[in-house]
Amino acid sequence: MSQIKNSDEDVQNMEKPIAVSVQNISKNYEDVEALKNMSLNFPKGELTSLLGPSGCGKTTLLKIIAGLLEPSSGSVSVNGRQVTGPGADRAFVFQDFALMPWASVLQNVSFGLEMRGMNKNERESIAQNYIEEVGLQGFENSFPHELSGGMRQRVGLARALAVDADVLLMDEPFSAVDEQTRRKFQEDLLQLVANKNKTFIFVTHSIEEAVYVSDQIAILLPRPSRVSEIIRPSNFRAKGVDAIRRDPEYLDIVDNIWNSLRSYVE
Amino acid sequence: MYLFGYRLPGMSSLILWGALWELIGQAKITFFIPPLSKVLSTLYEVLGTSAFQNALKETAYAFCFGVFYAVVIGITVGILMGKNRLIDELLLPWVNVFLSAPLTALVPVLMVLFGFGMKSIIITTSLFAVWIIILNTRAGVKQINRSLVEMATSFGATPLKAFVKIYFWAALPEILGGVRIGIIRAVKGVIIGQLLISIVGFGALFELYSANFLMSHFWAVLIVLFALAFSISEFLAYLERRVSYYATKR
Repeated sequence: MSQIKNSDEDVQNMEKPIAVSVQNISKNYEDVEALKNMSLNFPKGELTSLLGPSGCGKTTLLKIIAGLLEPSSGSVSVNGRQVTGPGADRAFVFQDFALMPWASVLQNVSFGLEMRGMNKNERESIAQNYIEEVGLQGFENSFPHELSGGMRQRVGLARALAVDADVLLMDEPFSAVDEQTRRKFQEDLLQLVANKNKTFIFVTHSIEEAVYVSDQIAILLPRPSRVSEIIRPSNFRAKGVDAIRRDPEYLDIVDNIWNSLRSYVE
Repeated sequence: MYLFGYRLPGMSSLILWGALWELIGQAKITFFIPPLSKVLSTLYEVLGTSAFQNALKETAYAFCFGVFYAVVIGITVGILMGKNRLIDELLLPWVNVFLSAPLTALVPVLMVLFGFGMKSIIITTSLFAVWIIILNTRAGVKQINRSLVEMATSFGATPLKAFVKIYFWAALPEILGGVRIGIIRAVKGVIIGQLLISIVGFGALFELYSANFLMSHFWAVLIVLFALAFSISEFLAYLERRVSYYATKR
């Protein structure tokens, strides 16, 4: 298992610059400890998955990075700047899509730009580009309820891409779409990571999904919540999307993660 | 509805009730109910008189301002209550009390506070309409999808922008429902105000006609009033149906 290193070694071996750094984060809800003294680095231009059983605090951590939740102690920095709230350097993709049902696809995709005070023509032409990029051309004037689940998440993705943030935060983005759409999304996501030079932080329940899409996988364990392991697969993804799921390393990592998580699943 | 294989147009039952009214009127059972035909011909005459047109103008003035204040205050307070726990705890008991209170009993107090003029009538109208608008707006905001709020926050929406761009639209189906019921109540409020505070507008006409036993005039004005209230309510119900497509999908 040479490709699985423990977290201390991993930090030392990191050659890429750090885009997002989480230092000693704790989060308490009254007397419940959701996160305890968690530290984690997210290298620039890579996709890092937060993987773990439910209750391990992965979504809480993501929302703290997004600035939607305030940590009880500790700090988050993005490109060296301290996070005090939501910012233009991060964009969020939601599990339930979080589209405005009263607004068209075009209006939904341009929402982030509208909040930045960009004028209508400018933001709609940018939104139009991203709608085409995610493959929704022709649906600009459709409403969310007229789209399938997969198409709705494409709208959510286009909205996050449109603001051109350095860091994309994705909270189980594919969990509400069907299996075939999900596979297509995973392939598209690899393309996106390869082409965009953005940092992706990806929360998921699915071990296979995490291993398939990630440059780095952080295994989070509950009670108390902690990072138990960081896995950096070697470059089996370079062999092409079709070969990944048959690669021995891919299969080994999936098995190993399941072995370490098994005892935490009720 | 179908009768003997023929499709009946909407509200055709009114023809039946109209015929019954006409029969009772023609039978001269009571002076209180003149025949419908007489009421309708009086209605036609009354519409042209300056007394009626002035009454309509005064009533419409009080009604429009009353409804305007009720809608603006009602939606704002409702959204604030739905968003903020503290404001909600402070105001909810009062809203519930006033919603079910016999507001007519408050009108003399309003007269003392605000005088005998248009101001008191407008306030009475608002007072009748505002509570249900607050409650409905609050309910609409309460059921808003949390992640929609998080979405707006994460894309940098200021509280004011979130208010206008998210909360208002998310609660719009409930808001329109509240406004529709509020407006029906406002019709009550404006007439009660006109009867109790100062005898102006339709209130004055009702007073005049009933005191002089001009029953067909009385009914004519009442029909006009019912028709106005019904049209406004139907128009709002139409708007409500237009936005309800997303009510189930927030």
